[in-house]
Amino acid sequence: MSERTFRIWRGTAAGGSFVEHRIEVDEGMVVLDVLHRIQAKQANDLAIRWNCKAGKCGSCSMEINGRPRLACMTRMNLYTAGDAITIQPLKTFPVVKDLVTDVSWNFEQNKRIPPFRPRPRGADGQHRMLQADVDRVQEFRKCIECYLCQDVCHVLRDQSRKDAFVGPRFMIRLASLEMHPLDTEDRIPAVRKDFGSGLCNITRCCTEVCPEHIEITDNGIIPLKERVVDRFYDPLLWLRRTIFRR
Amino acid sequence: MLNVSEIQTFEHDVLVIGAGGAGLRAAIECSARGLNTGLMCKSLLGKAHTVMAEGGVAAALGNVDRRDSWKVHFRDTMRGGKFLNQWRMAELHARESPDRVRELEEWGAVFDRTRDGLISQRNFGGHRYPRLAHVGDRTGLEIIRTLQDHAVHKGFGIYMECTALELLLDGGRVAGVLGYWRESGRFVLFRTRAVILATGGGGRAWRVTSNSWEYTGDGTAMAYDAGAELMDMEFTQFHPTGMVWPPSVRGILVTEGVRGDGGVLLDSKKERFMFRYIPEKFAVETAATEEEANRWLAGDKQARRPPELLTRDVVARAITQEVNEGRGSPHGGVYLDIASRLPAESIRKKLPSMYHQFKELAEVDITRQAMEVGPTLHYFMGGVRVDDDTQMSSVPGLFAAGECSAGMHGANRLGGNSLSDLLVFGRLAGVGAEAYVKGPGAAPRVDDEQVRSAVRRAILPLNREAGPNPYVVHEDLQGVMGRYVGIVRNEADLQAAVREIDRLKADAAAVKATGASQYNAAWHEALDLRSLLITAEAVTRAALVRQESRGAHTRLDHFSEREEWQKVNVIVRKGKDGTMETRVETRRDPPAALAAIAHATIEDLEAGRV
Ligand SMILES: Cc1cc2nc3c(=O)[nH]c(=O)nc-3n(C[C@H](O)[C@H](O)[C@H](O)COP(=O)(O)OP(=O)(O)OC[C@H]3O[C@@H](n4cnc5c(N)ncnc54)[C@H](O)[C@@H]3O)c2cc1C
Ligand code: SF4
Ligand code: SF4
Ligand code: FES
Repeated sequence: MSERTFRIWRGTAAGGSFVEHRIEVDEGMVVLDVLHRIQAKQANDLAIRWNCKAGKCGSCSMEINGRPRLACMTRMNLYTAGDAITIQPLKTFPVVKDLVTDVSWNFEQNKRIPPFRPRPRGADGQHRMLQADVDRVQEFRKCIECYLCQDVCHVLRDQSRKDAFVGPRFMIRLASLEMHPLDTEDRIPAVRKDFGSGLCNITRCCTEVCPEHIEITDNGIIPLKERVVDRFYDPLLWLRRTIFRR
Repeated sequence: MLNVSEIQTFEHDVLVIGAGGAGLRAAIECSARGLNTGLMCKSLLGKAHTVMAEGGVAAALGNVDRRDSWKVHFRDTMRGGKFLNQWRMAELHARESPDRVRELEEWGAVFDRTRDGLISQRNFGGHRYPRLAHVGDRTGLEIIRTLQDHAVHKGFGIYMECTALELLLDGGRVAGVLGYWRESGRFVLFRTRAVILATGGGGRAWRVTSNSWEYTGDGTAMAYDAGAELMDMEFTQFHPTGMVWPPSVRGILVTEGVRGDGGVLLDSKKERFMFRYIPEKFAVETAATEEEANRWLAGDKQARRPPELLTRDVVARAITQEVNEGRGSPHGGVYLDIASRLPAESIRKKLPSMYHQFKELAEVDITRQAMEVGPTLHYFMGGVRVDDDTQMSSVPGLFAAGECSAGMHGANRLGGNSLSDLLVFGRLAGVGAEAYVKGPGAAPRVDDEQVRSAVRRAILPLNREAGPNPYVVHEDLQGVMGRYVGIVRNEADLQAAVREIDRLKADAAAVKATGASQYNAAWHEALDLRSLLITAEAVTRAALVRQESRGAHTRLDHFSEREEWQKVNVIVRKGKDGTMETRVETRRDPPAALAAIAHATIEDLEAGRV
């Protein structure tokens, strides 16, 4: 259809630079298609991650013109014809090679979260939950672990506080467990202490980039913060809860 | 000379290759049974194919329609598979899947609910009753995340972005696996008594496919090289509804849930055509008129199901015929319409990711417009032949589960029966591996020379001065398979494919990957070619042998099902001289009780007379 210019970051942890590619782009293509074409025709060894090509697996995260995005869900017609498109790896995680970063830190965080602990089944051997009650956690469970929110969260990105804050992805993982109608584990003290809920100052940058349109901050993080506050800063409420609910 | 002791080495009782639903479930079982377990996968954890599954997991829970039972599920599965399924596997699957689904709930999965709070179930092709437990249209994500979150607390070894290259044998038994880290390109050796293959299918040999880059048939090929038998390879499922436009998304799946929730297929004149394609065998159970189909959708238990919900092979062939006879849509598919059937709000609620996918990839709003769809290569019914109960292949210590194993689905898989297959047989493979590992026999030993030659083979593409581009060879193969081994086949085409595959084998043996071994996509592509070619050849040769049309395998030169072919399976294995051998093997007679269920009328079955 037409030729377009791509500036792609090439390199390893040791360093790298942008490399320019001119390539034909056809109607309906997404950025990932173009990268595959560049890979097949001009840069055989270009490193990219992808799997589903339909926004379902969260593998193809990268920064396109400075914005964290899924390459497979970014249509080329989003960009003006004459302009070059700049593509680089996620900034918050160490580069492995080209557009691939080392996201293993995220997998370590998941292991730290106390697992689901269900209440016993009912007398008929069934668990019963109402759709209205599961709607809330189902929103969080839509997460495809693309880590775009982790990439954009300034606590991790600019302040490099990976030691103190798990980041938005794992805050909503915590929320999905805490709000699970069957769960009996109490993670609220850990949310504050181990997972650093206090560090989030609700800028909502994470929510803005989430390709699953999860209301990370409003529906996940803020309610968790409220639970922390209730528990730790309002002794009366806390007492009432311990006596009547648990 | 390469010093094997310098290769990074891990030791396990059992190594599971593949971390989709089958691999994760198998590894969880192995570790729960006290085996020292390892789990490796080509991608990051949680990105396997299973994550993409949409519609649901089939299990006769009977939550939405009390008339459902394992027997009806079993009967549907056998009929869908055109009676080529392994009877015992279909039985185990139908009996055990409800427990496997409830177990997921125990591990934190949050399925959609019925009005009284139970796990909700939806309609799907070939299933008589609403049977698919689901989470909107992202059931696979729910399942893989549940298994993944459960698995990371079990303390077994997880090796991500680590690709298995070859199985290492000691006197014919499994002794280890050689693999490499994608990230660094370095080799890694696993010493292990047992291996469970859970590597999925091989759809990347075709151009129009719903499969990801990982689906290169590695498990099938590794098992073949190790001497295991492959079975049912001719049965490759074309899902009737893949996207056809724009070209860059061609093949991406449109879930069967669209039809389950009332979506209808229309030709270029916007006429509903499936009523003209109802096979005689299914006529008594399928609606005869639009009016009846609509009543069924509205919940009338006396009405019969719409023809859009016939099995996938039937629908895929009908669409192909419509297109071939000039009644297709502008981009070579047909229309799938849900917009005029459901209010916009419930479409967004029931099919959120389909809504999203069409909106973002094709700029189509499915709450207002019809989708354009056509068949796409989706699933392998065939794979490694395994024992019905233990999942062990003909190689001692080598097990297989999930899409890379054969037997469960026969000639055609029903939608939703894959996710349940993963859970049921993933678990059983773990049980089988435990019995094998704890059984008699000295620990196997890895032969250093085998390791050295596997490493040498793997680095050839990097060390060559020049050679064909691996991407070009792969594309060439996709062209060949699309042209000659598609949804309809004949002898001359299949023979042509065999010749082309031979030519491509020579190309693949000479490819050159530029650059260093660190995260080098060209090198990975070069290594995948070997499995792709073995898998493609196995499908083609098996398709040549089966001279009839059955399920997903349609031969234009042998147009109908033939009684005598129902009695045999086609087996593929590596011959002594290294060439591929095929043979037909007579099937055992089914246990009388199972045969009675499969052949019963639905009335007799439900009245408890069978
Ligand atoms: C778009 C789509 C929608 C679907 N919808 C449904 C549905 O609604 N219901 C249903 O029942 N089924 C559905 N299916 C089918 C089903 O998802 C798959 O058949 C099933 O997930 C296969 O699971 P598996 O565990 O066998 O393999 P996968 O989940 O594919 O996992 C394979 C694993 O093997 C690994 N692997 C492969 N080769 C190697 C190697 N050489 N070394 C190391 N690791 C390796 C991969 O990295 C991966 O981890 C769908 C499939 C697709 C593509
Ligand atoms: S809202 Fe909180 S978690 Fe989200 S980006 Fe801002 S600081 Fe990070
Ligand atoms: S919450 Fe959204 S942005 Fe964050 S990892 Fe999940 S899907 Fe990605
Ligand atoms: S490839 Fe799966 S989200 Fe982009």
